[in-house]
Amino acid sequence: MSKERITISPDLYDIMPPDYQDLVNHATYGKEDRGWKDIGTSKELLEQHSLCAGCPESMAFRYILAALPNPEDTVMVGSTGCTSLVFPHVAIHNIHSLFGNQNAVASGLKRALTVRFPNRIKDVVVLAGDGATVDIGLDMTLQAWFRQEKFTTICFDNELYANTGGQESGLMQKGFVAKMAPVGKLFDKVRLPEIARESGCHYIVNCTVSKPSLVERVVRNAVLIAREIGPTYLQLYTPCILEIGKDSQEGLQEMRDAEKPNERFAFKEYISEPAKALLADIAAKAKDKKAAAKQLVS
Amino acid sequence: METPSLIGTTNRKGQVITDPRVMMSEAPRTPSFFTGSEVIKEAVRRANVDVMVAYPITPQSEAAALCGELFAEGYIGDYFRGESEFAVMSQCAGAAFGGARVFTTTAGPGTLRAMENFPMWAGSRLPIQCIVTCRGINSPLSIQPDTIEIAYLMQTGMLVWHAETAQDFYDWILKGYMVSEEPDVHLPLALCCDGFFVTHTKDTVDLTPVDMCLPPYDPYRSPVPCMDMECPPVRMMRDPFVMKSNYISYATHASWQQEVWAAAERSRKHTIAWLDGLIETENVDADILIVSSGTAVSQGREAIRLLADEGIRVGLVKIKTLRPWPEEELREATKHASHIIVPEFNVIGWLARELKATLPYTERIIAGPRVCGGMTMPPEIIVEEIKKAIGMRSGVLAGRGS
Repeated sequence: MSKERITISPDLYDIMPPDYQDLVNHATYGKEDRGWKDIGTSKELLEQHSLCAGCPESMAFRYILAALPNPEDTVMVGSTGCTSLVFPHVAIHNIHSLFGNQNAVASGLKRALTVRFPNRIKDVVVLAGDGATVDIGLDMTLQAWFRQEKFTTICFDNELYANTGGQESGLMQKGFVAKMAPVGKLFDKVRLPEIARESGCHYIVNCTVSKPSLVERVVRNAVLIAREIGPTYLQLYTPCILEIGKDSQEGLQEMRDAEKPNERFAFKEYISEPAKALLADIAAKAKDKKAAAKQLVS
Repeated sequence: METPSLIGTTNRKGQVITDPRVMMSEAPRTPSFFTGSEVIKEAVRRANVDVMVAYPITPQSEAAALCGELFAEGYIGDYFRGESEFAVMSQCAGAAFGGARVFTTTAGPGTLRAMENFPMWAGSRLPIQCIVTCRGINSPLSIQPDTIEIAYLMQTGMLVWHAETAQDFYDWILKGYMVSEEPDVHLPLALCCDGFFVTHTKDTVDLTPVDMCLPPYDPYRSPVPCMDMECPPVRMMRDPFVMKSNYISYATHASWQQEVWAAAERSRKHTIAWLDGLIETENVDADILIVSSGTAVSQGREAIRLLADEGIRVGLVKIKTLRPWPEEELREATKHASHIIVPEFNVIGWLARELKATLPYTERIIAGPRVCGGMTMPPEIIVEEIKKAIGMRSGVLAGRGS
């Protein structure tokens, strides 16, 4: 959708909410080099959030939305959980329907958009919690990958059911004592990144959201590869500070601790061969463009 | 700004987009001898469907596979097999959120597995059409005809229609889109039939010309924004209602549920025009009436013929739409009746319950005969029920033990 499409009629301008006016005037729609550095300098796609103070998920949301390469033609699909409290604030179309069906909804959505706009780019990005992705929705998560559906799946891994009050989830660490795991979780954290690789994902990253530049890079890669090649998966640690007994200001340190070498969120990246070729092609084109611009200046 | 009409232009397969009223009412019809499953395919061929999602479950598997052939021939924009009915109905939702005309089929346990999606479809105002070829849902496993799943569908906020014959099915698939896509309706349609009796038997059906199709779905006539990033607003709300426990949040949810049911009510005027009324009646001045839906109506017609031979006059009411429920029409049609016989293909008698909840003088309503689990309903048992109701002796059809 071009920015013109959301331009407000002059006759109605003054009755539109200020945040909508601001969105039309200052959002980073249609800006090719948009990224995390725009945060705080132009209108963000997330006005406010309804998460706990200091929740790393709120940071993750801002970084991801700032990193989307094509927000004016991106539709997001969420699921029930803490993320579904944020999505209504997000200034791009997003769908919440049920708990756990996000990859099924995204499959239908992506296909509909491809039928309706055969010559246009329409990105679809799923963003859901670990309960939705790995427990109740695992079947639909994997089946979308088996079918090579061309959209990105992002899992906010907080290692428990946060929104319902801290119950055991499949991505919880073994031994962690939680609601519904009264003697500690009895089995290992599900190895979804490895399963994603076996299931046909072309780009997989396991990391925290402590570094905005890193989040920007992996989100861009994931969306561009999904657009051209096939499914991509990001598993991002967004600790639930409330349920692991931390304070509002301790989320960042928790992520830094969890991403140390050999910790469970040490940066891991898998890129399939076709995806590598695509990324190299994109990098080469960017380099050419830069060189051409430099030549123009000199 | 004037929007150019699409009528007279062609679709992706070269079919001529036709004024639906001309196509359904005036265009020449060709009698064809087809199974119900083949009839579903022929209707979908002319429905300009964008996306269909399929999943095997008896007795709808054949129809769902035949629609796949339509995709291969280029009549449907996209088609794939989902992984379960729950997933399929969510995939349908995603496609409809994205502005596609969506078609799917299910049956029995599949309907129940998918059930969480149906109120979501209605609440999201997605005009998806789902064919339901009813079959048993009980344990031990049964694949036989049984209409009990309709009782669940009737509480979802969807439009629910119950076809008697393959001809109904053919016409109603096409007309169903025209009703459910109306901006003041915009609700999903569960188009039900009795599995096997309709899907697996052959019947002569009058088909519209194969080179004519319905106009495409226009998602921008939807009362809610299409989720394709082509349709403002892009910021939906500032305060998600889910996280509030206050009056305004409850009132919002309550009024939206009421609006969904009000939309089903508003479908009446469109449905009456397209289906020529929500009910069909014969001889409703008779003292005895058979009131039913689906193939039980056909069995009722046979019973009426048998009774006429004995000089007993019985009228008939065929209910076409269960949602919206034709309360006024039924009150009018049954006002002379002192005996209302309600034959049904399910154990609980949901149709009789519905009638008892809305008609005066409920002692007139006889909740039966009922068969289930795949049993057939010989017209003779309807005859027997009627004779019993009016105090006549009748021959015993089957021993009940003594």
